[in-house]
Amino acid sequence: MKLQLIYLAYFASTVLFIVGLRGLTKPDAARRGIILAGVGMLVAIVGTLLHRDIITYQWIIVGLIVGTIIGIPMGLWIPMTKMPERIALSHAFGGLAVALVGVAEYIRHAVMAGHITQFTMGALGFEVFFGTVTFTGSLMAFGKLQGILSGRPQTFKGQNTLTLALLAACLGFVVWLIFSPYLSGLFYTVVGVGLLLGILLVVPIGGADMPVVICLMNSYAGLAASASGFALDNNILIICGALDGGSGFLLAMIMSKAMNRSFGNVLFGAFGQVEQTSAATGGSKPVKSFTVEDAAEFLKQASSVVIVPGYGMAVAQAQHAVGELQEILEKKGVEVRYAIHPVAGRMPGHMNVLLAEASVPYDHLIEMDAINPSMPTVDVCMVIGANDVVNPAARTDKSSAIYGMPIIDADRSKMVFVLKRSMAAGFAGIDNPLFYLENTRMVFGDAKNTIHALNAELKK
Amino acid sequence: MFGLYIFVLAVFVGYQIITKVPALLHTPLMSATNAISGISLVASLVIAGGSYGKLSTILGVIAVAAATVNVVGGFLITDRMLKMFKRKK
Repeated sequence: MKLQLIYLAYFASTVLFIVGLRGLTKPDAARRGIILAGVGMLVAIVGTLLHRDIITYQWIIVGLIVGTIIGIPMGLWIPMTKMPERIALSHAFGGLAVALVGVAEYIRHAVMAGHITQFTMGALGFEVFFGTVTFTGSLMAFGKLQGILSGRPQTFKGQNTLTLALLAACLGFVVWLIFSPYLSGLFYTVVGVGLLLGILLVVPIGGADMPVVICLMNSYAGLAASASGFALDNNILIICGALDGGSGFLLAMIMSKAMNRSFGNVLFGAFGQVEQTSAATGGSKPVKSFTVEDAAEFLKQASSVVIVPGYGMAVAQAQHAVGELQEILEKKGVEVRYAIHPVAGRMPGHMNVLLAEASVPYDHLIEMDAINPSMPTVDVCMVIGANDVVNPAARTDKSSAIYGMPIIDADRSKMVFVLKRSMAAGFAGIDNPLFYLENTRMVFGDAKNTIHALNAELKK
Repeated sequence: MFGLYIFVLAVFVGYQIITKVPALLHTPLMSATNAISGISLVASLVIAGGSYGKLSTILGVIAVAAATVNVVGGFLITDRMLKMFKRKK
């Protein structure tokens, strides 16, 4: 009877999860969707607590309390500019949980009971492999985003060979375990190599490729959860893992396409790719710069303004000032739109969230493909802390590291303002011909201060 | 093997839904799937609450805590984000 109740709870929560995710296809229905999914989670947890194998509740309660105490600040108080870091960190928690479950299941079946089927062993092997890679890989991504580790790619001689060899060895060990499941030393070797692989896979990847890494970790966390569902014969884990794994993979594909990267790059991250730093030669060529007053004067006369936000806007926490600028301009009858490049920022949709936080209505946020055709009619295009996503070299310069990447056609607008601290290159480490164009003006300074000054000037 | 059917069907359903999520909502999508992946909590609960030895209980409790972080934090922050997405008044 109890078992049927649990199955019923799982069935109900599966339906709630799917309906909930479906809500995310429309901004207006999204919030109701996520609440439904939350109810689904509650139903699944309460259902599980009826499980006959659960004898004591005291340790469960300890775990739930500790998790809640850590989870609430991570949900309520982390600033939106820190979203990429937060997501990376919670992927690490997800990977850790699944990997630990895998180890505990192995001990329970293979070590203590002395009986494990080949199918269960295979599933546990993959669960632990994906779980450990997700755990350390996500921690590395977090460290890079947070600035604890260098955002530059870290490489050493023979790194690719070592990583590939370890990857092959790890998968080989999993297969070996399927045939000899009681070699517990081998099982713990898989755990160790998985942890090491997570580090090795992410260390060579630079900050600009973090959107892909975060998506991949999302995908791996899901695959790990799915594998645990196979091991435990638990359908809700299989389904939720598949949803998570699939969405991470799809987002990674979208990000790679937006950066003109290959399918192989999706699967292995930007594996072994070293960004070029030699081509950064900014500073020698002449640029025209504008003071805030000059810029304000042009904005007053514009009838159409497009803002291109980038990671620099997030770093300067300038999104609220930008939102205010938009309101001021709109009151003056200027049409203001935002051009959103899919890989602007450090995770998919990063700019959308920041601008939503600054109360910018989402129907003002226009995707790259939709806004590009109208760029030649735009009076002023303001590039705020974005470099590579507006670099025309991607269109013309075959030797450029970003050649072939779709960009926002800022250079085709009538006038371009580039808000930037200095002439330093962006994350791809390459120079940007946009800065030297006839119709481009550099407005140097911290984005937040500059826009505040602009707002004050425009209000005069 | 029944699990494989479930897996393939779930991938298919997931693909249909997720491809329709607009780029606007990709960050909330990621934090929502991250919250849903906290479903591994159901596996951790059984290990933390069953008596399979001291080591298993310790691993189980850490796993429960880690998965709970994702469930609690993930749903809270996704809701917080979605609240901000507004149409022009």
